[in-house]
Amino acid sequence: MKNQIQKGTIARQRERWAYLFISVPVVFYVLVRFMPTLYAFYLSFTDWDIISAEAHWIGLTNYKRLFSDKIFYKTLSNTFYYVIIGLPISILFGFILAYNIDKLKIGNSIFKTVYFMPYITSMVAVAWVWRWLFQPAPIGVFNNILITMGIPMQEFLNSTTQSKNCILAATVWSGVGFQMIIFLAGMKGISKQYYEAAKIDGASSFNELVYITLPLLKNSFIFLLITGTIRFLRIFTQVVNMTRQASGGPLNSSKPLVMYIYDNAFRSFDMGYASSLTVILFIIILLITLIQMRITRDEK
Amino acid sequence: MKNKSILNKVRFVILAVFGLIMLFPFAWMLSTSIKQGKEVFNLSLIVQNPSFNNYIRLFSSSYFPRWFVNSFIAGSIVTLSILFFDSLMGYTFAKHNFRGKKIIFILVLSTMMIPTEMLVIPWYLISSQFGWIDTYWGIVFPGLMTGFGTFLMRQFFDTLPDDLFDAGRIDGMNEFKIWAQIGMPLVRAALSALAIFSFVGNWNAFLWPLIISSETSMYTLPVGLALFNGEFQTEWEMIMTGASVATVPVLIIYIIFQRQIIEGIALTGVKG
Repeated sequence: MKNQIQKGTIARQRERWAYLFISVPVVFYVLVRFMPTLYAFYLSFTDWDIISAEAHWIGLTNYKRLFSDKIFYKTLSNTFYYVIIGLPISILFGFILAYNIDKLKIGNSIFKTVYFMPYITSMVAVAWVWRWLFQPAPIGVFNNILITMGIPMQEFLNSTTQSKNCILAATVWSGVGFQMIIFLAGMKGISKQYYEAAKIDGASSFNELVYITLPLLKNSFIFLLITGTIRFLRIFTQVVNMTRQASGGPLNSSKPLVMYIYDNAFRSFDMGYASSLTVILFIIILLITLIQMRITRDEK
Repeated sequence: MKNKSILNKVRFVILAVFGLIMLFPFAWMLSTSIKQGKEVFNLSLIVQNPSFNNYIRLFSSSYFPRWFVNSFIAGSIVTLSILFFDSLMGYTFAKHNFRGKKIIFILVLSTMMIPTEMLVIPWYLISSQFGWIDTYWGIVFPGLMTGFGTFLMRQFFDTLPDDLFDAGRIDGMNEFKIWAQIGMPLVRAALSALAIFSFVGNWNAFLWPLIISSETSMYTLPVGLALFNGEFQTEWEMIMTGASVATVPVLIIYIIFQRQIIEGIALTGVKG
């Protein structure tokens, strides 16, 4: 009896310690994450513009405006372009790199180091280097290469049709190392026995790839698809730094949704409208995360 | 067997060629930063008259030294805070039982899903109300704790046997000491990975520092670089020098800790 009481007080004491340990973080998460999220939802129903002291409740006006806003649709479609074109290319290159590095006996750590390097480099610095590479001749490297190959000079960042692809080139270059590392980790986790068994059966390396490697990397693919979608949805820094006067141009042709949010909030101080745009972004990311949870739960 | 070794040689060569292409932007940036005058537009990686004049000019006639220090201070504060709070909270989730544990853990994890873009507007409002604009506190406060770090540390503490901690209890250590003196030394590898991610992530952060700083002297390096480059549009050698200054410290950290960084990234994929 006495023993049990003592045990109870010890457990209670430990529980008190636990609450003490989590107290500061819980306050932080409430004040810096959850309340601001709710506040952003609230602001999306107001006309707050920083200058006026008060925010007025205007109901769904911002959302109505959003659905008839051409620039919103333009930036939304640019954003989906980044995800739909950029992400598969990034994942494909990452996989090809990982597959070949994994097969090598020597030099793989050097290759890992080199290919991963751009990922940890400041995106602002990366964007400016690429911006220069895409300049017209005589100063732009890419255009000079084209000219020596007898191909006419390209507009690149100054073209409404090419600007998005230029941004994607820099983005894929900077992120491909991440995809590669995730795939390599996944490949390391595949038991060698599968390959040995396949060898005994006389399977070609193409068959090994299709019937062993790819199916067993399913989790890596799912992980990269989800994190990658969210990363490409949030493209911002490279566009600000690669386009002239940080405009997302020419003519909004490269402007992503996040940049449109930034423009509304911090260039025209239309905080209410910007908040309604962030709600849209939030809903898109929420849906993707729910799909991920669904898929990974089905696995189990 | 012979076929295979030829195939591997081909692989090696192709990977090496692509590796050089990957390295080209770095080489281009660094070589331009030591070029002068007309040579800047000479499209060659080999520099005829290398000089550090651009660096001297950058550091003597602009805010670059200040921005560098700002980034360093902000990155250090955030990293120390994350190491302390994320590991303490991760430990508590792994090794303590208390009512509401599951729901609080899920709530902390769910914060990873909230896009920063949604939070910056309310953060800006709070900051302007409390006078945090153009202060270090303003730059760092949103990142002092992270759901990601908490999750990562919980995973590591979870693998440690409970007996280790009970031994401390029998010796009469209090719970804080048990975490600090028994738990923390055992997760050093995870802590160093978390420290590197936090520091590098903050060193490179752009959106929030851009919003929270209005005075030139309070910019961080990426913000300063972006706005400074806007003014120096035609002086590409200065832009490349600035980009080098922003990049080289991270590259040095990377070269030293590449194994921890790469393994840490791999781990987020396996466990995420």
